Amino acid sequence: MAIRIGYKVYVDVFAVFTAEGELRPKYLIWEDGTKYEIDRIKKRERCASLRAGGIGILYICMVRGREIRLFYEENYRWFLEAKEA
Amino acid sequence: MDRAILHSDMNCFYASVEMLHHPEFGNRPLAVGGDPEARHGIVLTANYPAKKRGVKTGMALWQARQACPEVIFVPPRMGLYLRVSRLAHEIYADYTDLQEPFGIDESWLDVSQSVTTLGDPLSIAKDISRRIKKELGITVSIGISWNKIFAKFGSDYKKPDAITEITRDNYKTILWNAPASDLLYVGSATARKLDLLGIRTIGDVATTSPDLLTSKLGKMGLVLWAFANGLDETPVSAEGSAVPMKSIGNSTTTPRDLETPEDVCMVFYLLSESVASRLRDNHFVGKNVGISVRDNGLYSFTRQRNIPLPTNISEEIACQAMDLFNNNYTWEHPIRSLGVRVSDLMPDEYCYQLDLFTDPFRRDKQLKMDMTVDRLRGRFGHDSVLRGRMYFDRVLAGLDAKADDHMNHPHSYFERGNRVFGEEV
Repeated sequence: MAIRIGYKVYVDVFAVFTAEGELRPKYLIWEDGTKYEIDRIKKRERCASLRAGGIGILYICMVRGREIRLFYEENYRWFLEAKEA
Repeated sequence: MDRAILHSDMNCFYASVEMLHHPEFGNRPLAVGGDPEARHGIVLTANYPAKKRGVKTGMALWQARQACPEVIFVPPRMGLYLRVSRLAHEIYADYTDLQEPFGIDESWLDVSQSVTTLGDPLSIAKDISRRIKKELGITVSIGISWNKIFAKFGSDYKKPDAITEITRDNYKTILWNAPASDLLYVGSATARKLDLLGIRTIGDVATTSPDLLTSKLGKMGLVLWAFANGLDETPVSAEGSAVPMKSIGNSTTTPRDLETPEDVCMVFYLLSESVASRLRDNHFVGKNVGISVRDNGLYSFTRQRNIPLPTNISEEIACQAMDLFNNNYTWEHPIRSLGVRVSDLMPDEYCYQLDLFTDPFRRDKQLKMDMTVDRLRGRFGHDSVLRGRMYFDRVLAGLDAKADDHMNHPHSYFERGNRVFGEEV
């Protein structure tokens, strides 16, 4: 279940570790229970989230034709930045 | 050719990390420290808005609240700060393998060999600053110079989020006009001594005869003179060679030889109290206890063992030490010196597995008692509160094992020998 702390929304993420040793998110479950497939990972880089307050590896992903910023906090938790607290 | 050395200093480190992780606080005054619920503790770091209002590192929380009533206190999260520090070191490692941490939030980088491929030192500094801001969400001040001392001065010169280059052309105008106390290793005592000689600025230090400085300050006089003149040649040590603290230990040669197990026990308690207290000061617990013993025939040995629960409790350390001693010493001779050391350190906020046979509440009480003793001693001196056994021999117990001359500072600038004119001093 998703957990919201201010602008930070921790979500359930289903991901694979590939044979090459990469971590790739496949889909996530938003707060309302909707499952969102990740169609494509456009970019992966280290980044801080000033809005949500955290650091980790940022995956810029395409979901249903829109770009989302999904952060892996390296403590086995993934978060998204909410539009409103 | 001159070296290219950067000194990178993460601004208000703990407070900046907390600000990033608490976006809801915005730019309000914030201080990291103590336990705000329990209404005790001191300020470890304050952010700039809090500093502007007079909150200073080391203040008691109530003093900070007096200076700035709306200050927000957050308890420290060492694990988080260590993680950010490690990530910063990973960024530095992209630019050089010669990086030397100075505490958790500062590092020297020698980029002399990187300029051919990565551009001049200033652009490297800019790139590091940009990446730290983007990837870690905090700011750094970077000083650039041809020696470590001036680079460090540069990083302190302009804050936050600034880059200062100290060159052979500008060091006399920038550095020499600054107060002598801005120089590394000029503390309040040295500053006072210099002041008595009419030496107020770094320039004054640089232009005073080294012989005079040496006669007043000992060999540090020559070192400071060389520092002020940019003659420091201390190398930046290679990555990974400056490990963070691995162990905390203390040893002493006793005022008289120890004849009985009671004597030994007393000294072990004394040493363990100091070791435990320093573990707590540095937010560590350790899983390995070791002793060193030397008798008056100069035979010496060390023994160590892993213990079931990581500890920073003086009672536990002393008992382990005594047990190790009893199992390994046959009293051929009286003892001349003893040491206690705790290693296999981890941050004290780590979770660990409890066991069925130890009473966690009792341990908690012991820890609280130790901390209370620390506070009493901090305020009223070491002798203000002593264990009963210390009264068997007041001379022996009079050793203040935590006094500064017994202290091994975790990171000393002189750890690997300081070089002035290519010679170790």
